[in-house]
Amino acid sequence: MLKNDGIISPEELSPVVPPADRLARGPVAIIECLQDIPCDPCVSACPVKAIKMKEGITDRPLLEFDTCTGCGLCIPKCPGLAIFVVNMKHTPGMATVSMSYEQLPVPEKGQEVTALDRSGKDVGKVKVVRVVNPPGYDHTAVITIEVPADQVNNIRAIRV
Amino acid sequence: MSRNTEVFVIGGGPAGLSAAHVAAKLGAKTLLVDDSARVGGQLIKQTHRFFGSSNRDAGIRGVTIAEKLQQDIEEVSDRLTVLENTAAVGFYHNKEAGILSQKAYERVTYQAAIVCTGATENSLAFDNNDLPGIYGAGGVQTLMNVHGIRPGQKILMVGSGNIGLIVSYQLIQAGVEVVGVVEGMPTIGGYLVHASKIRRLGVPIYTSHTILKALGSDGVTGAMLSRVDEKFQPVPNTELEIKCDCICLAVGLTPLIDLFQQAQCRMVHVGELGGLVPLHDSAMRTTNPDIFVAGDASGIEEATTAILAGRIAGARAYETIHGKSPQAEAIVAEAREELRTLRSGSTGERIRWGRERVLKEVGEC
Ligand SMILES: Cc1cc2nc3c(=O)[nH]c(=O)nc-3n(C[C@H](O)[C@H](O)[C@H](O)COP(=O)(O)OP(=O)(O)OC[C@H]3O[C@@H](n4cnc5c(N)ncnc54)[C@H](O)[C@@H]3O)c2cc1C
Ligand code: SF4
Ligand code: SF4
Repeated sequence: MLKNDGIISPEELSPVVPPADRLARGPVAIIECLQDIPCDPCVSACPVKAIKMKEGITDRPLLEFDTCTGCGLCIPKCPGLAIFVVNMKHTPGMATVSMSYEQLPVPEKGQEVTALDRSGKDVGKVKVVRVVNPPGYDHTAVITIEVPADQVNNIRAIRV
Repeated sequence: MSRNTEVFVIGGGPAGLSAAHVAAKLGAKTLLVDDSARVGGQLIKQTHRFFGSSNRDAGIRGVTIAEKLQQDIEEVSDRLTVLENTAAVGFYHNKEAGILSQKAYERVTYQAAIVCTGATENSLAFDNNDLPGIYGAGGVQTLMNVHGIRPGQKILMVGSGNIGLIVSYQLIQAGVEVVGVVEGMPTIGGYLVHASKIRRLGVPIYTSHTILKALGSDGVTGAMLSRVDEKFQPVPNTELEIKCDCICLAVGLTPLIDLFQQAQCRMVHVGELGGLVPLHDSAMRTTNPDIFVAGDASGIEEATTAILAGRIAGARAYETIHGKSPQAEAIVAEAREELRTLRSGSTGERIRWGRERVLKEVGEC
């Protein structure tokens, strides 16, 4: 359970995972921020206003799956590093996961890195397919990795 | 030597910098002293992106917020004097205080003082807790993020509040292995996004556990943990030995309040706010009418709320000297509204409760 060990269980995760038909249509965000905390940079980061909060800043974010374009602009703005963008339409059998990365060295495109699950367990090697790290992101790089499609909701970190 | 000022601000963290900025901007001659080498308070050690409201700096790093506040005060440098490496050491009667720098002891005559001294770290009792290699989280942060020194190679964190979780993350970024986070409660104390962030980098979080003793003779070589029951009593035969060369304690903060006691402000103990705090009204005025408070010294909270409370204190301190001002009133109204939204919701519950208790004591609620 998330509140006991920091690991989001599949049941806890399910409300924030987009439905299968939306996933099939291409990139979309998964916002793994499940607690009401006084935080809201994700809301203003989204250019198409897909992230809402019920009443205000102290609520958890709610994503309108159909509005989200999967652009990934919200990823580096989240201080909780809780936003991921998944793309199930990558290549047959393979998907991508994009995430924030704030360690050194920053991997390069094409590099092989170790994929980790939510508990930090090594789940195999994956390839970095994109690195976005402009000055505006202030040292929070957004890394996209290519993963087997069935691992898309399991892999949540990398070790370089 | 002696100095004369209208508003005297003690402590240059987010609360003190904001208070001094507002007071000087409204037109008061202001003096700010801070006992560290550089103003910014806790913010200069915070390399992570802040939580909070995006119209008050959330999503940007603590160090960057400190830089912004420093720019703000430069804008009013004609009316604001800042003395670093200078500690306020005591209040006298007749609106006088003493300040001590490396060069001299001086007296300050003021009309209103705003005390923003922040907080001190709590310690924890366990066997061998005086071994070299046992640090407070603030000390670890100062070593690592201000001086660029790693405190050790393998570190055990005690406390899963936001500070324990965030400092663990910063340690990983600095290349230190965090061998675990120990938490006496059955659930994680800090924000769960911070917990997940270190968990997925492989850091185990031991909830319902405590540290029984530190191992080693000349320095830390490990720690003995044990499971605890609902009454926080160690459960026999659940001991667990962990190897590490450093133990970091992140077990809470207590408001730094000696100056208030010395100025004979009435104090009140509010557990939700971290212990004894000076009684104050919604203008942040203590029971000593010339002395205001803001930030963690008035109750442990956050940088955003420290900034807002500092703005209120700065505006009200200005008004006690120069009389009512619509500009000051506007600053206070805006800050109050922002504080209200930040403290709403379930995570703000404890703080709200604590704040209401203080206001009730002064008959405002
Ligand atoms: C690890 C960590 C992570 C945090 N993360 C966040 C976050 O994400 N978001 C957030 O909003 N908040 C966060 N905070 C909290 C935030 O940093 C504090 O709440 C805030 O700094 C309090 O501001 P302050 O001005 O009251 O005190 P401080 O920042 O502590 O400043 C007090 C200043 O007063 C000086 N001082 C003390 N006594 C004297 C004296 N006698 N004479 C002269 N000077 C004196 C001190 O040297 C210090 O510079 C975090 C804190 C920590 C430790
Ligand atoms: S991925 Fe883009 S469209 Fe989707 S929520 Fe984030 S910022 Fe908005
Ligand atoms: S910015 Fe991140 S941590 Fe903050 S509310 Fe949004 S998703 Fe949650």
